[in-house]
Amino acid sequence: MALSDKDRIFKNLYGFQDWKLAGARARGAWDNTKALIDKGHDWIINEIKSSGLRGRGGAGFPTGLKWSFMPKNDPRPSYLVVNADESEPGSCKDREIMRHDPHLLIEGALLASFAMRAHTCFTYVRGEFMRERERLETAVAEALDAKLIGKNNIHGWDFDFVVHHGAGAYICGEETALLESLEGKKGMPRLKPPFPANVGLYGAPTTVNNVESIAVAGDILRRGAGWFSALGKPNNTGTKLFQISGHVEHPCVVEEEMGIPLRELLERHAGGVRGGWANLLAVIPGGSSMPLLPASICDTLTLDFDTLSKLKSGMGTAAVIVMDKSADVVAAIRRIAYFYKHESCGQCTPCREGCGWMWRVLQRMERGEAEKREIDLLWDVTTRVEGHTICALGDAAAWPVQGLIRHFRSEIEARIDRYQAAQHQQAAE
Amino acid sequence: MPKQLIIDGKPIEVEDGITLIQACEQAGVEIPRFCYHERLSIAGNCRMCLVEVQGSPKPVASCAMGVNDLPPNRDGSPKIINTKTPMVKKAREGVMEFLLINHPLDCPICDQGGECDLQDQAMAYGFGGSRFVENKRAVEEKYLGPLIKTAMNRCIHCTRCVRFTTEVAGVEELGAIGRGEDMEITTYLERGMMSELSANATDLCPVGALTHRPWAFIYRPWELRKTESIDVMDAVGSNVRVDARGREVQRILPRNNDAVNEEWISDKTRFVADGLRTQRLDQPYVRTDGRLKPASWDAVLDLVAAKLKTAQPERIGAIAGDLAGAEEMFALRDLLTQLGARNLDCRQDSTKLDPRRGRASYLFNSSIEGIEQADVILLVSTNPRLEAAVLNARIRKRWRQGCAVGLIGERADLTYPYEYLGAGPQTLRDVADGKHSFAAMLAEAKHPMVIVGSAAAARPDGVAVLSAAARIALGASRGKDASWNAFNVLHAVASRVAGLDLGFVPGEGGLDVAGMLSAARSGKLEVLYLLGADEFDMGHLDKVFVIYQGSHGDRGAQRADVVLPGSAYTEKSATYVNTEGRAQMTNRAAFPPGDAKEDWAIVRALSARVGRKLAYDSLSALRAALYKEVPALARLDRVEPASLAGVEALAAAGGALGSEPFQAAVRDFYLTNAIARASAVMAELSAMRKAAQQGTTGTHG
Repeated sequence: MALSDKDRIFKNLYGFQDWKLAGARARGAWDNTKALIDKGHDWIINEIKSSGLRGRGGAGFPTGLKWSFMPKNDPRPSYLVVNADESEPGSCKDREIMRHDPHLLIEGALLASFAMRAHTCFTYVRGEFMRERERLETAVAEALDAKLIGKNNIHGWDFDFVVHHGAGAYICGEETALLESLEGKKGMPRLKPPFPANVGLYGAPTTVNNVESIAVAGDILRRGAGWFSALGKPNNTGTKLFQISGHVEHPCVVEEEMGIPLRELLERHAGGVRGGWANLLAVIPGGSSMPLLPASICDTLTLDFDTLSKLKSGMGTAAVIVMDKSADVVAAIRRIAYFYKHESCGQCTPCREGCGWMWRVLQRMERGEAEKREIDLLWDVTTRVEGHTICALGDAAAWPVQGLIRHFRSEIEARIDRYQAAQHQQAAE
Repeated sequence: MPKQLIIDGKPIEVEDGITLIQACEQAGVEIPRFCYHERLSIAGNCRMCLVEVQGSPKPVASCAMGVNDLPPNRDGSPKIINTKTPMVKKAREGVMEFLLINHPLDCPICDQGGECDLQDQAMAYGFGGSRFVENKRAVEEKYLGPLIKTAMNRCIHCTRCVRFTTEVAGVEELGAIGRGEDMEITTYLERGMMSELSANATDLCPVGALTHRPWAFIYRPWELRKTESIDVMDAVGSNVRVDARGREVQRILPRNNDAVNEEWISDKTRFVADGLRTQRLDQPYVRTDGRLKPASWDAVLDLVAAKLKTAQPERIGAIAGDLAGAEEMFALRDLLTQLGARNLDCRQDSTKLDPRRGRASYLFNSSIEGIEQADVILLVSTNPRLEAAVLNARIRKRWRQGCAVGLIGERADLTYPYEYLGAGPQTLRDVADGKHSFAAMLAEAKHPMVIVGSAAAARPDGVAVLSAAARIALGASRGKDASWNAFNVLHAVASRVAGLDLGFVPGEGGLDVAGMLSAARSGKLEVLYLLGADEFDMGHLDKVFVIYQGSHGDRGAQRADVVLPGSAYTEKSATYVNTEGRAQMTNRAAFPPGDAKEDWAIVRALSARVGRKLAYDSLSALRAALYKEVPALARLDRVEPASLAGVEALAAAGGALGSEPFQAAVRDFYLTNAIARASAVMAELSAMRKAAQQGTTGTHG
């Protein structure tokens, strides 16, 4: 059972149609948004709550609940910040939204801002997204012209949509580092508590949401929470953009129901694993920071938050990275470790020092130039980084390494054996 | 509302709003830390202070967790905090290991060795060995000026130095570049920092990344004899620790005193140490055939005694210098009084402050700690950054919390913004008459402060300026907190308040400094006794017999006919009263060089030769006599509010204001006294600052 066309939210995901206001209107965006706003702040929050929407940025925190944390009677202004700093390797869904359906984002931002009594929304766009930023800005200009947003707009809720272009640092996708960067400071995560809902951007109550979480809000409100929650699985409701990359025939971004079996997803939309299902080696189900899963558990695997976290991996951003048997899995994780070493902000000790250590050990393990006891050492190092840092980048760096050791320990050991045998032979000669 | 917590099984009630690390300290539990410092903002980046909090799956950084964020459990029982569980032990070991993997284990050649937080905590909380076999990170050295030596391989990125320079010193010159393990602390421009407090960053550095450049590789900390003492480079009276090896002072470090200097000292206070070794007067000299020739104590004392005995009392004068302790001033005053001489003065800069108006007329009455209550501060003719750098940091601290500052005088970068009211007395008069908008701000302030620089009082119209300032202070505080005295004189030199307290000022019909100099020019003065006085033009003294008693061969000694070698402040126990009237005592950290003696003892010996033997044979007997006459000096380390009558007397004094614009008392921060002028480090800093002001980089040439 695949997602039927009528249930799609992102109807122009492939960019075959007009991405501008006229096209977006033809697809249903901005259709009587005023009626939704007239139902009030609390109705929107409750509707999002009962839709079961979970944050699409990776952590999967219930979006409606997050919105309800915002103070209701605060003399300070409230802000909505949209996190479009999509930098997780494997993830490319927010890019598609901004390219092909920017008005869904703007409309969702208006609704979310209204629900949280915010008059300003800042969207922090990843530095590398030049064209996407241009499209978004064009869409904002269209919406302003059509009096959909801005001062004295037709919706009766003054609303500014500010597009801010980042400089391309992965860490600025962490919500508090994003706020620091937005304020013009060095993008380093803040200490929590206080959480952004209390002290966020410029010290004011702020909610930071992923692009996808905001972009789906309009459709959920228009079609009703019941429609959204009927899709997917309990506690993992709705539709989701899956981004399939790696060793498949046709890498793609596709909207599907939550909880779709991995095999079905790959075979229906991506043309299947290169060389057939039997050629599958491993899958990283949610972007580079999630631990990989070996082919042995992929046959019946469904993609949703709860199933994946039970398997000690995670849904993340639903960026499915497929590796077939030609892949060097140790090298792949070593490369991911290098990424986190490179992107660590350097603020706190375990991540700053630990990421480099893990990467260096993996570099040797890739060649087999290590002792077997160092596998346990590496595992121990990951546990000393994970959970000891200011933000989740430490966890994100530790988890892929843990996944490698958990499922491919024998592969590392085999390399060490081969390397040592070669060394002995060389010495004998 | 107090908060209940259970820390390591011990129930404790802590005050609202503090952090968990402070609560643990109150419970008597030691929490290791690197980045956390009470006087700096919270960074939470070293992760050494992790503790286990009930209900939290991850260890929590105690420095960044407020107790207000730890509500009681659902059943109302207090939150349980554990600091000794396996989770905490593992977290600490992990952080320690991470810090050490890229730290060069060069402790044997590191100047921080022996007093290094990293060493100590590695001992207490770390693994025994290392599991890291990769190459260590190498970081290029950074040039941070002549005071701070860097070994950036050792840096653990706690950012204390960055936070100190930005928050306390108020210069945004130090920061971090790069990311991840490539992050580096640097000024980027690689030049000396333009701060008078920069070297406090080296104290804050928990490792050996920042050490004291002038003292590099000359001692190990455990070789040094540590003596608690007081600084005399300005009138703040910063508490210091003087570390000596053998006869030589090796270094000077700050001591904590919340009421005075917190834990900061100025770069001059710290690095003047090398000035204590050079240009010293280590034996008596007598001028013969136009040149100073070494002589014996017997010979010089006899010569001086003969001069004093034969001269008419009105033809004898004495000037006390900026570094003189209360004891020697008291002894010299007694000797001159016994001789019948009335020409004596401790006010080298001719300041018009007069002890006869009462103590409040020349003190920093609101007290240094009181700055933290002030809501509006008016600075008159002063640059506190140069005249009292540590006190200026306190004003900045208060400004950060929300306090308005106005300045009448020379424009200068004070490290905080201020409202510039005007350059001269006209503006002061406008404020005093309520015609200026700032007067309204002062009137509305709960705790207003008027701070008058010593240069204002040294002007020909000094009394009128002081009087106008006193009127502003009285007017602004009328009808408010009765214990608050808003009138403050910011002295620039260490000896002044004690000199005024014990009355080292002209007696009935006696001459002040200006009078003595003009009498000397016209030949009406026969003998002039300089007690470490160097801060005026010696050209006036061609026709007078000059006795110079002091520690350094500076201007006074060069002109002297007889040199009596005395002790520097690190070589004697002497009392100094700071600008707020706080008497504090120095201690002897080293012996004076050669034949030099303690200053009070020289005066006492001289008195015997003159035949007017002073009534005290020991320092304690001298102090007994001193305290009997000036009880304020006996109350060490305390400030007692002076009667407001002094300020009222000043306000009533009136007088005509001139029109000359105001100036600050200190021109060259690094060269304000004889010891500083003998210091090579101070000379280098002075040159660096001058070059920077002229637009060159300081590393030119």
